[in-house]
Formats: sequence, structure tokens, C-alpha cells
Amino acid sequence: MNRMTPYLFMAPAAVIIVITLLYPLGYMVYGSFRDWDPSQTIGETEWVGLRNYIVLYGDPAFRESMWVTLKFAFWVVTVEMILGVGLALLLDRNLRGMSLLRTLFILPMMIAPVVVGLMWRYMYHPTVGTINRWLKEFGFSGVDWLGQHALLSVIIADVWQWTPFIFILSLAALQSLPSSAIEAARMDGATNWQAIWHIKLPLMMPVLIVTCLLRLIDAFKVLEVILVLTEGGPGLSTEILALRISRTATEFRELGTAAAMSGYLMLLLMTLTAAMFIYTKLVERRAQRLARMVAEAE
Amino acid sequence: MYHDADTERLGMPRIELSKLAKRYGDIEVLHGIDLAMEENEFTVLVGPSGCGKSTTLRMIAGLETVSGGEIFIDGKPVSHLEPKARDLAMVFQDYALYPHMDVARNMSFALRLQKVPQPEIDRKVRDVAEILGLTPFLNRKPAELSGGQRQRVAMGRALTRDSSTFLFDEPLSNLDAKLRGQMRAELALMSQRVQKNMIYVTHDQIEAMTLADRIVVMHGGHIQQQGTPEELFKRPANKFVAGFLGMPPMNFLDGELRQDGDALCVIGDGFRVALPEALADRCQQRNGNGVVLGVRPSDLSLDADGSADETQRFALDVVVTEYIGAQSVLICNCASQRMVVELKSDVPVGLGQRMHFKINPEGIHLFDADTDAAI
Ligand SMILES: Nc1ncnc2c1ncn2[C@@H]1O[C@H](COP(=O)(O)OP(=O)(O)OP(=O)(O)O)[C@@H](O)[C@H]1O
Ligand SMILES: [Mg+2]
Repeated sequence: MNRMTPYLFMAPAAVIIVITLLYPLGYMVYGSFRDWDPSQTIGETEWVGLRNYIVLYGDPAFRESMWVTLKFAFWVVTVEMILGVGLALLLDRNLRGMSLLRTLFILPMMIAPVVVGLMWRYMYHPTVGTINRWLKEFGFSGVDWLGQHALLSVIIADVWQWTPFIFILSLAALQSLPSSAIEAARMDGATNWQAIWHIKLPLMMPVLIVTCLLRLIDAFKVLEVILVLTEGGPGLSTEILALRISRTATEFRELGTAAAMSGYLMLLLMTLTAAMFIYTKLVERRAQRLARMVAEAE
Repeated sequence: MYHDADTERLGMPRIELSKLAKRYGDIEVLHGIDLAMEENEFTVLVGPSGCGKSTTLRMIAGLETVSGGEIFIDGKPVSHLEPKARDLAMVFQDYALYPHMDVARNMSFALRLQKVPQPEIDRKVRDVAEILGLTPFLNRKPAELSGGQRQRVAMGRALTRDSSTFLFDEPLSNLDAKLRGQMRAELALMSQRVQKNMIYVTHDQIEAMTLADRIVVMHGGHIQQQGTPEELFKRPANKFVAGFLGMPPMNFLDGELRQDGDALCVIGDGFRVALPEALADRCQQRNGNGVVLGVRPSDLSLDADGSADETQRFALDVVVTEYIGAQSVLICNCASQRMVVELKSDVPVGLGQRMHFKINPEGIHLFDADTDAAI
């Protein structure tokens, strides 16, 4: 067989990857170095080097948007991790009806984000919304959810939708833990809480780290729910990056700037992904080294 | 079965099981176990797979709920207590080490939970590691150890705690034959050195015989018999115990009791064996003639010169010889029934050859054909 034959077999896949992934990506990066109005073809645009990036760096609105995104991502991932892992620890037992309960918990994740946004918009409505009606029922005053507390509101909606993701992954991790190690901990005198803290959580850690990074990457790109709930408002208070990028491209008609924003976001996500990748590689290395040592020992 | 108040105490608590039962749903897997273990005793629960040994041990440990009966430690019922409150240390079959902790931390986990001062923890870990030869490995994670080393860590984890009672669930079954032999010897040594209660589960009868002060043979969720290894080997209570202990296992031959002259004999297909007087006396008191004659392979010896009386020997046709070193195992036919005999390997044996074997009169066991109980 010819040496080239294997590459021939790979060619279709390579072509598809280039067309669907690298081409748009390259297009974006290329565009981010140009002053680009949507009425122009990219060939007619002017090369501006790093100007878009430099301007963005000094742009308070972009910085605000970046800051909002970071706050949003930090809070949703923190709260979702705590709730998701906590729920998994709580529901990791074989009682009657537990599987039904678990199924119910993962329902929110299966709803389309736009629908989630609409749902929460009705619930947050200042006068007819479910939440304020209940609050008033119990004698509290209504809360201006999507106004004064807009960021909190979108965080709550996101937590509601994505906690189940962390919940099911944590539950799977928990149920694959070696049960005898946990029994050994009980024999060693560990309380339930100590067994969680000293045995279960450390053993779940690899899964938890990957889960956390996946959610983090997702949180940086969130769009639909916020678009439907607040459209970024009031003011810029919930204008996360994805929203600002699409605004810049469509409303402000600055494709080059939008592309540069995507460039920043991409850099950020690449850093996160690289961190995850390096982490898994390190774990893998360690596992291989251990396997070798054991093989030598025996 | 309960203890008098004036019984001398040696410091270690006594563990007693009273009508202990376990049900999973509608299925009862333990049918009322009664057992009392003495202080500093090495008790071995032995029996075939699925007989309920692990279940019993795990109930004592507190890892399994009790469906009926009670467990007493030092006279106090404990079945409602968490494992933590029972002060027992357990060695698991799969070692159950904490994968994310190194050997030292594995061994000191219980002490750290008890907030024992660090210098004392260090000292205990060092001492135990010394005993078990684990000193070079203290900083390794379990994944970096061989099976035998992991096994010793599991043992060390139990030893660092000063608990009064050790529970072992088949701790050696994951090891290869050579290592198992070594560990068995080490375990015997250790149990002499540390005066503790030991409850040890195994399905390996050699482990049971070599380690136990008291063997408890279980079968189908019942205790078949308990006693010293010697008692059980010499005077098995029933056919199951007789067949379970001893290697190669005891031969069983169907037969009938019949008076033959002034001797009482067991007569079956191809043999007629006179019973010793004591056994014959016991047979007088029962009705029904169906019996099973039990003879261990080691209780048969070659009758080379044919001097033995006809009622004291078997005439066997050799079918297979298995050479295992100084001894050979002969599988023979006694008319229609199988018999296994042990023989020195230097005796020449031809396949199909008829040979005569003398019976050691001490080695004749009789069982009721209907109930399997020893006569
Ligand atoms: N969780 C369970 N649900 C239902 N039946 C069970 C359960 N655990 C054990 N059993 C049954 O209880 C019986 C006793 O099990 P146990 O584990 O005590 O056996 P064992 O004597 O330790 O056997 P082995 O030598 O194979 O370990 C078995 O018949 C088993 O099928
Ligand atoms: Mg078992």
C-alpha cells in the first residue's frame, strides 16, 4: 500500500474540518484586523492591523461587558457547582422514588434556552409575574427583578437551567466511586460529612474539574436566555459579551470590531481549554507513570 | 449462651450473635446465627460461596442492617449503632484503600479523624509500618504498590487503630498462591503478637484450619458446626462439614448396616467394613439401616502383603493417578462408587490395577443417609 493511502482516507474529514471550522475561524481573525462595514465585501475593506483590538481595550463599554461576563460566569458556575454537587451528594442513595426525583431534576436542561428565557420573563414580570405575586401573597413587596436586579435575575435563570448538568455528572461520578473505600471510611470512624469531605469529594475531583471548565466555557458564551430576558439591559448591566458582539455586528454595523471582540473571547476560552487540556494530560501522565511503577514492582 | 457476671475478663470484649438473621426483600439469606466468640480468639467463618459469611461479618461491622436477632459486644446490644460506635477495624477483600492518600495517610486516617496529636500518629504509623515491612512505601499512593503491598497497607490501616476486634473479609483471596502462603504465615504470627479478637472470613479451608482457634462452618445461611480445627476435622457433625474440611476431601460411600457374625458392618457395593465398637454401640440406638460411610484419603494405607482382615480393607481399581510430589493421589473405583486414596509416590501403581487398602479404624465416619448427620 502506498504511504499516502492513509492520508487519502483522512482527506474527506480533513476537508470538512477545514471548511466548517477553520475557514470561518480564519475569516473572523482576518476580519478583526480590518475596518469592515457590512455593505463591503471583505476584499474592499481596509487593513487596520491591531487597531480594533487596541480601541476595544480602551473602550469602557467593552470593558463593562467583559466585566459583566466575568461576574456572570463566576457566579453561575460557583452556584451551580455547589448546588449540583450538593444535590448529587444528597440524592446518591437508593431509596424508593429516587430515580423519579432524579429524572425531574434534569428536566430544565432539556428545555430550549429561548423557552427558558420566555418562561422566566413571565415569572419575573413586575406585576403579573408569578414570583412577585407570591411575594405579595406573603406580605412582601415585589422585587424589580429585570430592572434593578437584572444580573441576579439572569444568574438565577441560568442556575435553574444548568445546575442539573452538574448534578447528573456529579451523580455519575459518585456512583462510580469504589463503595468499599467509603465503607472503609465508615469503619475508620468517619461521619457522613467526613466521608464526603475526605473521601468522596477528593475522589470526584477530576470529574468535577472537567465539569467546571465545561460549564465555565459555556457560561462565557451564553446568549439566548439573556437576550430574551433583558436584551442586555437595563443600561449595560446584563450586556454579556456574546450579546455585545452580535449588537456590534448588527446594530453598530462594525464587523471588524465585532470580530476583534470574538478574538478576545476566543483567547479567553482558549486559555481555559488549554488549562483543562494540560490538567488532563498531567493526570494521564501520572496514571501512566504509576502503571509502569506497579508493573515494575510486580 | 449468655455470660455469667463473674466470668473473668481479659480486657477484650466478647462478641456474641444471637439468632442473627438477614433478609433481602423476601429472601432470607441468614437463618438465625448463634455464635459466641471468646476473648482474644481467632474465629474463622468458612463455607462455600454465597453461604452468608460476608453478610454475617458486615452485620457485625455495622455495614449491613440486621433483620432479626441481635449482636452483642461486651453484653451490650449494638445492632442499632453506627460502625463508628462499635470500635471494630476491618480489612476488606479488595483492600479498599483510599486511592488519593499515600500509605502513611491511609494508615493514619482513623487517627486523624480522632484528632490524635501528630507526633503520636507519626509514631504509630512508623511502628506499624515497621512490623509490616512498609517503611519504604510510606509516601506511595496505593496505585504505586503491588497487590501484596496493598494487602499489607490494608492490614496496617487496621493495626494503627487500637481497636479491640479485627474483622477480615477474605483478605488473601486476591493474592497468588505463593504470596497467600506467606501472608497467611505473617497473619498467624501477627495474631499471636497482638492480642486481639479476630473474626476472619474465608472460603479457603486451609486458611481456616491453619489460622483458627475456632472454626465456624457455614452453609446455606446456617452454622453447620463450630469448634477447634481438630474437633471439626476429627469429629465432623455432618456430611457437609466432613466433606468441606480436608484435602483431598473425604470419600463417601453409600451402604447399609448389617450384623455379620458378632460384628456390626457397613455393607455396600464392593465393600464390607466392620465398625469399631464405640461406633457400633451408637448405631444400636437408631432405626433404619441406610448410612453413608466416610473415609478420608489419608486414613487409607496400602495393604501390600494382604495381611489385613477382609472387613478392614477396600479392594480398589485404580483409574487415574495424580502425581503431586512426595504423595500421589489415586482416583479409584470401588465397584460402582468413586474413591480417592493418598499414597507415597514411590509405590509403583499401574492403571486398572486392583489394590488393597487398610482402613485406620479411627478414621471411619458414619452419617445418616437421610439427615446427613454424623452417627
Ligand atoms: N444486596 C443483596 N441483595 C440480595 N441478595 C444478596 C445481597 N447481598 C448478598 N446477597 C445474597 O446473600 C447470600 C450471602 O451472600 P454473602 O456475600 O454473605 O456470601 P459469602 O458467603 O460471603 O460468599 P463469597 O465466598 O462468595 O464471598 C448470597 O446468596 C447472596 O446472593
Ligand atoms: Mg464474601
